[in-house]
Amino acid sequence: MKYQLSINGEKRDIEAEPGTPLLWVIRDELDLTGTKFGCGVASCGACTVHLDAEPVRSCQTSIEDVKNANVTTIEGINGKVAAAVQTAWRELDVVQCGYCQSGQIMSAIGLLSETPNPTDKNIDDYMDGNACRCATYQRIRAAIHVAAKNLEV
Amino acid sequence: MTLNTSRRNFLVGVSASASVLVVGLTSTDSWAASNTAAEITPFIKIDKEGTVTAILKHFEMGQGTTTGLTTLIAEELDADWDKIQIEFAPADGKRYANLLFGAQGTGGSTSIANSYLQYRKAGASARDVLIRAAAAKWSVSPSTVDIQNGLLVSGSHKAHFGEVIDDASKLNPSAEPKLKSRADFRLIGNASLSRKDSHSKTDGSAIFAMDVKVPNMVYASVTHSPKFGGTALSFDLSKAKDVPGYIDAKLLPTKTGVVVYAKNTWAVKQAREQLSIQWDFSKAETRSSDAMVTEHKKLLDTPEFSATKDTNFEATGALLASAETVVEADFLLPFLSHEPMETLNCVIEPTANGVRVYDGSQFPGLTQPTVAAILKLKPEQVEIKTVYAGGSFGRRANGTSDYEAEAAMAFALLGGKTPVKLVWMREDQVAGGYYRPMAAHRIKIGADANGKIVGWDHRTASKSIMKGTPFAGGYVHEGVDHASVEGIADTLYSIPGFSVGLSDFKSPISVLWWRSVGHSHTAFAMESALDMVATDTKKDPVTLRLSLLNSGSKDHMRASAVIKLAAEKAGWDKPLAKNRGRGFAMHKSFNSYVAEVAEVSINSDGSVKIEKITCAVDCGVAVNPDVIKAQMEGGIGYGLGAAMRNEITFTDGVVDQSNFPDYEPIRMSDFPEIDVHIVQSDENPTGVGEPGLPPIAPAVANAIFAASGKRITSLPFSENGISFG
Repeated sequence: MKYQLSINGEKRDIEAEPGTPLLWVIRDELDLTGTKFGCGVASCGACTVHLDAEPVRSCQTSIEDVKNANVTTIEGINGKVAAAVQTAWRELDVVQCGYCQSGQIMSAIGLLSETPNPTDKNIDDYMDGNACRCATYQRIRAAIHVAAKNLEV
Repeated sequence: MTLNTSRRNFLVGVSASASVLVVGLTSTDSWAASNTAAEITPFIKIDKEGTVTAILKHFEMGQGTTTGLTTLIAEELDADWDKIQIEFAPADGKRYANLLFGAQGTGGSTSIANSYLQYRKAGASARDVLIRAAAAKWSVSPSTVDIQNGLLVSGSHKAHFGEVIDDASKLNPSAEPKLKSRADFRLIGNASLSRKDSHSKTDGSAIFAMDVKVPNMVYASVTHSPKFGGTALSFDLSKAKDVPGYIDAKLLPTKTGVVVYAKNTWAVKQAREQLSIQWDFSKAETRSSDAMVTEHKKLLDTPEFSATKDTNFEATGALLASAETVVEADFLLPFLSHEPMETLNCVIEPTANGVRVYDGSQFPGLTQPTVAAILKLKPEQVEIKTVYAGGSFGRRANGTSDYEAEAAMAFALLGGKTPVKLVWMREDQVAGGYYRPMAAHRIKIGADANGKIVGWDHRTASKSIMKGTPFAGGYVHEGVDHASVEGIADTLYSIPGFSVGLSDFKSPISVLWWRSVGHSHTAFAMESALDMVATDTKKDPVTLRLSLLNSGSKDHMRASAVIKLAAEKAGWDKPLAKNRGRGFAMHKSFNSYVAEVAEVSINSDGSVKIEKITCAVDCGVAVNPDVIKAQMEGGIGYGLGAAMRNEITFTDGVVDQSNFPDYEPIRMSDFPEIDVHIVQSDENPTGVGEPGLPPIAPAVANAIFAASGKRITSLPFSENGISFG
């Protein structure tokens, strides 16, 4: 089947089997490899992308469900919130292996877009679906607070 | 369909400028290269634009080697930290051996420990030739030339490294260049130094093996035997053939599974689901977990091997018989899977001369000959391009190079001309073995009327990790796999009447080192048992530990110092609110000393909240203090998650777990505050990737006991009626 995707501000024509998860279209067909495969069952969040600015798990979003939504991957993020999140991540050296961090950052942008000043409980609730086997959670939490603070001024 | 230019450049890692200076040394403490003193060991490249590239012999799995090794070079070279580039070394055991292994590989928390002098000398040597070349160019004395943040300076002369690189590369580097003294360090020990991999890992540009794509590549994935030791007899692919994108399926020559090929990852997953395989389980593990537990406990009755020279169970038994207080306990720890975020995978493609493997390669020294043997090539015909690894925790370091070997077989079965990406799904990995072995411990400790320990009978049983592997020679002596008893047989504590016995559990289930190896279970038994002694002899757990570390030896002094520091920072002596408790544990592993205090509270519904972990570590000179803190946080978090709720169990030989929903990782909401303190030290650097882990499970178990009176002697906590909230 032929599909057209709006991704990172571009229209891209792709061919995929019906039912193919967006994750594999992004990675295998469009070569945007910043979005990661972790579990395939929406249990780790490594595949998180934005559909019309809402974080979704791309491993459980089939290509036909995307329709006209704008897909944003880690490669295509921009704007104040995204910049604040990336800057905070770098300032606190959050990453270790880094494999889950695209997904963490996509979720954190979603959180801060919805809740500009999140409490620890807000962070727990929103970020709980993003697993990090290196256990960088303490720094992720701190970086979200730093980003929130920097967005205030 | 191919890698874009910037990624290709990253992978290939070749500087645009042809003339590069390669500087390095044969370290005097080098293992094998020492008899070829003239050989240059390349760790630094400098191009004509003056760009310095650190060549990293250790891969990056998150532990911070890209930052650490680069720090050592940049410190001595006075390179500009923000501009220095990194590149992973190719497979070349002569140049890039781990000096503690004698082969190229990363593990055992040795990256900084074995490279500390080697990489600093490389940096100092480059500095020396650059200064001499600049001095000659400017007709000044070398003593007037300095390097300031990557620039050569003498009076009014100024040049970047590239301007003198041609001349410098013709000079003979000194074999023993002058190293900086500690007081002159500006990067080593600098807590505000930023990680070298932070930027690319926060914009999606960092390349992992999973992200490598080469022209005409097909995707392959293997369905393994559902029972360990099972073999595939035949398979039916009639349904798989109908899956769009399906290419082919082949029985692996090892008969350990069937490899399916397709045009993309999704198609290969779909096709595998349609495959029907006949298995032969006649030699397979078919027991369930209960039977395995029973067998482990039975093995404790009659230890097969004595794990220390002084072991004498009869003599220890006599001491215990006359003891005033006797503490007895059995400890049981489950099989555990590593589950790095990036599942196992690699890409193999043909080259003019052999093959190229793109891999988050932890043991190039084993993977290169393994792949070569399968493909009937010479090792040097196998090029390994090391890329970032999405975690490992031990899994990628494997004596059998299992997934790379599988990729080589898949590549050969398809004709040896088509590039293949071999991918494991999460389910393959959870059920795929190479687990931290199940371990049982039986401890009997006697104390006299003053509460002084007089005898300690310790028996343990687990499947040997090292026997039958290339590492057996170094680890197994007189039947004892040291990895099964490390942390017991070599305990720091002065224990009179100490006997340690070991029995090997036998099973086709494959086992492997899991972050901190044997220490991951021995520390739980040792530190829980000590806490029980403290309770029964009415001693403070910290005081008891210090009383067993009072010989005045350096080992005892360093261990005592971390104990005191952790206790002080945690407010060990301060009163606690109701329903709260603190637990203590200290363990030495990988030559580092770590003490941890866990503080927990019991919620009104009986669930446990882990409030805070205080950690003190002595790992010698702290090269990158912030990376050390991150590794303590990570080691604690990884160990805590496993202790809370992870276990691999079996029903009739089949693994019960399949993916994260039933092998649930630690999550943000589980995560306590972690407060890490580093002891100032002038000792040579020691491990940090693993030593944070061993004390966490016993510290939490001891805290739960302090808060609730419930003593937990088996893991995970979730199987002991403990829920976390």
